[in-house]
Amino acid sequence: MNDELYLILIFIMAMLLGYELIKKIPPTLHTPLMSGTNAISGIVIIGSILVITSASSLTVNILGFISLVLSSINVFGGFTVTDRMLEMFKKPKKRDKD
Amino acid sequence: MDSIHIILYFISSILFILGIKMLSSPLIARRGNIISFLGMIIAIITTLSYVEYEISSIIYIFSGITTGGILGLIFAKKVQMTSMPQMVAIFNGLGGLASSLIAFSEIIKVNNTISFNLISVSILMSILIGSVTFSGSITGFLKLQSLITGKPILIPLRNYFNLLILLSAIGLMIVSVLYSGNTLIFYTLLGVCLLLGILIVLPIGGADMPVVIALLNSYSGIVAAFTGFIFSNVALIISGSLIGASGLILTRIMTKAMNRSLVNVVLGGFGATATNIDSEASDKNYKSGSSDDIASLLEYSENIIIIPGYGLAVAQAQHSLKELLDVLENQQKNVLFAIHPVAGRMPGHMNVLLAEANIDYELLLDLDQVNEKFSQTDVSIVIGANDVVNPAAKLDKNSPIYGMPILEIEKSKSIVVLKRSMNPGFAGLDNNIFYNEKTLMLFGDAKDSIDSLNKSFKELN
Repeated sequence: MNDELYLILIFIMAMLLGYELIKKIPPTLHTPLMSGTNAISGIVIIGSILVITSASSLTVNILGFISLVLSSINVFGGFTVTDRMLEMFKKPKKRDKD
Repeated sequence: MDSIHIILYFISSILFILGIKMLSSPLIARRGNIISFLGMIIAIITTLSYVEYEISSIIYIFSGITTGGILGLIFAKKVQMTSMPQMVAIFNGLGGLASSLIAFSEIIKVNNTISFNLISVSILMSILIGSVTFSGSITGFLKLQSLITGKPILIPLRNYFNLLILLSAIGLMIVSVLYSGNTLIFYTLLGVCLLLGILIVLPIGGADMPVVIALLNSYSGIVAAFTGFIFSNVALIISGSLIGASGLILTRIMTKAMNRSLVNVVLGGFGATATNIDSEASDKNYKSGSSDDIASLLEYSENIIIIPGYGLAVAQAQHSLKELLDVLENQQKNVLFAIHPVAGRMPGHMNVLLAEANIDYELLLDLDQVNEKFSQTDVSIVIGANDVVNPAAKLDKNSPIYGMPILEIEKSKSIVVLKRSMNPGFAGLDNNIFYNEKTLMLFGDAKDSIDSLNKSFKELN
């Protein structure tokens, strides 16, 4: 069996899984969902590290460095702002209605 | 990479999946976010544990993560909740650009020689989608931030022109494989793709921004998956495709809430027409009231539904609104909030703004839950919203918003509309609800109006 085929199949499975997962998320949390997935898309940070560690020239090092900075902004900024938002969705302590 | 690293990458992917799943309830969502973050840390450490490095790479990696991390934390702490759409747009763009740069460095490493295989195709797709995401997101940001006009910018024959550019991008990709080794082709491809992103977003109007942001969110995931194919990395492929799917679902929810197709949104121009209403509007009568009038109306009401719109966000009126809620609840009134899916400038934006003001999320009802309640409602209070309560969506077949599901406030006993002026909303449409005999208008900035309403109500009691 060939590895590329495996990777493509994983891609398709993850898409389907993502579809099922996200369908169940209530509209109330759609904004944190977007900023949270933003943070996860910072996973390209791995790609940036792989570029730098196999860099053959200064140009590649610089490109890798810039993409590392950008994806780190995504990761750390994304998770922090999502946390800030989700903190606001805690249950208010008491409600004296009814 | 050993088996242990592949297993660790899978574990980090599973943590992402769990983290996203926990967003299904506000009570556990925060923990879910922390679990996703843990997944990210595992993925980063795993990568650092199998690559070989020189001293110089350690310096690059350490300083890169620190710089980006600090910048990210500053943005995340400083951004106002009303500006979340801008922040998400920028972050989408950064993700796109990062992937594009990664693909570019891979091209340089192989001396511009690519062929027809999965890695090469993924490199080319990363450049295409990554740079479209980047320039499209930046254009969207400029629109949201009103640095350029939020109105659609229409270039004649733009759709043919865009198609031509897309075709030339695809052509360049094919040429780059056929004439492998030529650097110039890649720079041209990059330029063409950046131009394409700008031209796609320019003609899209402010009211359609939720769709654009959701779509670009999806792109930023798909491009991460392509980056995964370049390095045969499962963590990248799995998390990228999860995000791709997420963005696509949100895009679909948004287009459904506007009764438009994605093609229709992307072709753009919505809200650029329909300016022929002024003459007609001046003939019609509307009643405007003072905050005292509205306070006494509320005094004798029991069931109240508040419909917040983008005007509330612009005026930063969410905290004043919470005060109004407290005042009304102290008088034993039943108050609910009706949230249309496209209220605000991104999916779920209004919910976050109200949560920020400490309004219980259980009081926020969406379209399906709330429409059956309007017939038992004494007063509907519309704050800075227009199109989402426009009956033309149900009645006027010629209206551009015909078929869009709306909040049926005309069923309630009376209607109060807080609005800046009689100017039409984002879609540029007049709204018959304003001239309804049940409707009382209160003009002014949303925050000022709610504050004076609070004051009048307190004076009554």
